[in-house]
Amino acid sequence: MHSLHSSQSLWLIPVLPLLGFLINGLLGKRLGKGAVSLVAVGTVAASFAWVLKCISALMPLEHSHIETYGTWIASGALNIPVELAIDRLTAVMLLVVTGIGSLIHIYATGYMSHEEGYERFFAYLNLFMFFMLTLVLANNYLLLFVGWEGVGLCSYLLIGFYYLKLSATNAGNKAFIVNRIGDFGFSLAMFLIFVHFGSLSFPAVFEKAKALSPESGFGWLTAICLLLLVGATGKSAQVPLYVWLPDAMEGPTPVSALIHAATMVTAGVYMVARSAALFVNAPIAMEVVAYVGLITAVLAATIGITQFDIKKVFAYSTVSQLGYMFLALGCGAFSAGIFHVVTHAFFKALLFLGAGSVIHALEGEQDIRHMGGLRSKIPVTFLTLACAWVAIAGVPPFSGFHSKDEILLAAHHHHPWMYWVGVITAGMTAFYVSRCMFMTFFGEYRGHHHPHESPWVMTGPLAVLAVLSLAGGYTHIPQFLEPVFPLKGGEHDSTLVAISVAAGLAGIALAWFLYVLSPETPKSIASALGGLYRAVYNKYYVDEVYYGTIVHPLVDGSKSILWKGLDAGIVDGAVNGAGTLARMIGGITRRFQTGNIRSYAAWVVLGSLLVLAAMTAMGGSSL
Amino acid sequence: MPPPPPVPLVAYLTLSAILFVLGVAGFLIRKNLITMFMSIELMLNAVNLSFVSFSYHLKQTDGHLFTFFVMVVAAAEAAVGLAIILTVFKNRATLMVDEVDSLKL
Repeated sequence: MHSLHSSQSLWLIPVLPLLGFLINGLLGKRLGKGAVSLVAVGTVAASFAWVLKCISALMPLEHSHIETYGTWIASGALNIPVELAIDRLTAVMLLVVTGIGSLIHIYATGYMSHEEGYERFFAYLNLFMFFMLTLVLANNYLLLFVGWEGVGLCSYLLIGFYYLKLSATNAGNKAFIVNRIGDFGFSLAMFLIFVHFGSLSFPAVFEKAKALSPESGFGWLTAICLLLLVGATGKSAQVPLYVWLPDAMEGPTPVSALIHAATMVTAGVYMVARSAALFVNAPIAMEVVAYVGLITAVLAATIGITQFDIKKVFAYSTVSQLGYMFLALGCGAFSAGIFHVVTHAFFKALLFLGAGSVIHALEGEQDIRHMGGLRSKIPVTFLTLACAWVAIAGVPPFSGFHSKDEILLAAHHHHPWMYWVGVITAGMTAFYVSRCMFMTFFGEYRGHHHPHESPWVMTGPLAVLAVLSLAGGYTHIPQFLEPVFPLKGGEHDSTLVAISVAAGLAGIALAWFLYVLSPETPKSIASALGGLYRAVYNKYYVDEVYYGTIVHPLVDGSKSILWKGLDAGIVDGAVNGAGTLARMIGGITRRFQTGNIRSYAAWVVLGSLLVLAAMTAMGGSSL
Repeated sequence: MPPPPPVPLVAYLTLSAILFVLGVAGFLIRKNLITMFMSIELMLNAVNLSFVSFSYHLKQTDGHLFTFFVMVVAAAEAAVGLAIILTVFKNRATLMVDEVDSLKL
């Protein structure tokens, strides 16, 4: 399905940030901050410009435009070309990644200006862009996997950016290790795909998949899809592998915005949507996707309500919104899921960058109990954050309303009860974001710092994202994606829309009542709920359960069996045993070494006599 | 006067063996380094005698050749060995081989 268009040099899109990584990574220390910022922002912005140029040249882009740059692996039946492709789905992802990426890079030059390791930070960030763009441009599973692993690596490096802080390095390790579990599933899925389709290339696999009829029971196609889902739950922080994302907030805030809200965590959504041709023929797997999404959305939203760290609230919000996206995918509304990826990228990047601006203003304070009344002190941050607030709360006509609406309608079409759970979650979403906003910006200031507004390099990107958050709903992503995902002819039920909007508004109103009108009530509610509140506040003790059932048994087993038993006992035992044996034999033979020359001579004589005797005995004729 | 009957090969070999055993015995029994050294020379020359006897008997020159090699080696050995003996005497003030036994364990 090669398009008629000539080569667009798609490779430039990922390679430009890679160039930035190499320059800043190798020479950054000598360049000085100005040049480092210029290289980092410039390469990403250039990449964004190149994306725009490619897309405008290729429009209307109804078919996939593929460019091949050579063969990576050719081994028997396995043939992996280095192949980049762009279709409308990729185009949307490219615009989001490079567009939001550019804004966050600009913001970071302000946010990180006082930090140690400035050039290291931007080198990692550029490397992340390279891998993320490889991920969305790849035309086969293996190349996608390269990007997939690469963004995981950069995520690890950036979470642990403050490597002198133990909690940060631990969080980095946790993210990396939890993702290994998901990646294991992804690898198995790729093996199965290769076994059954004989190829890893997207066009070839999907062509064959479309010819299949939907699996009624649990077959290999379902197995492939479920394994892909395991991979996606790791990268996109879904139940049961979501635990790394809240801890990932140890990284600098621009990282949280770019990697852990706007782009990398949506890679799982992208991958599932990309594999839609497989999923539509595996109804059981689709159902599992929907359930996973729904459970994640509800679970994370409830935890978000109780948290006091502003970044933790938004982190759980991200997990919850990703759950929404998976719900959409599971209901077969792939374009709605991608739509939500886009609008979520706008408003969640804005929420995180705004939170970063607040933290910056308060010199590192992250606890919303020590904020309050910041509305007048940092007005630009407040106004832009308010845009994200109405967007995520689902207030019409702003962006979150449109995409969430599409998802809820699809859920209603799938299972009506899923719609109702989704509506309740939407109410909770509006509630926790409003709670966060009210506690931060309204009431009396409860901290002891002197808040100051952030510089324009930080507020500028905030303003752009604010506009996108407000107007992003009119991008008509589902219509744009029609060549990739055919639109489902679901009628727009205005009653359902009204109910979900009402839920959002109710959430805001409840938060207004609890946190502005009578700020003492939440504490009494919390103490009235007692154990339930504590369970939610402590994140349902999921981390503790994982530690108790998986981590500690693994560590203890490794210590007692693998280390003490296998390594120290058997391996070291064999090595030391060989040494001891040699010493024992040496202890016997060294007795010949008396230092007395005549005894040596006697041994020589004895030896020669023995040789002579032996030769004589064997027949002297052979002499 | 008829030429005397040739000395048979076995006589030479017997003499060589006697000389060699004397050398071995001297090396094993004597404790003075110089005497032991002389015993070694005796053994070498006993072997030389065997070589030339065989060479003459077999009408080949290989034995002569080997004898020269042995003589060269013996000369070199004498140079090095005497130097070692001198050094030992300087350091230990003795030539008794039983007292020169630190090369052990």
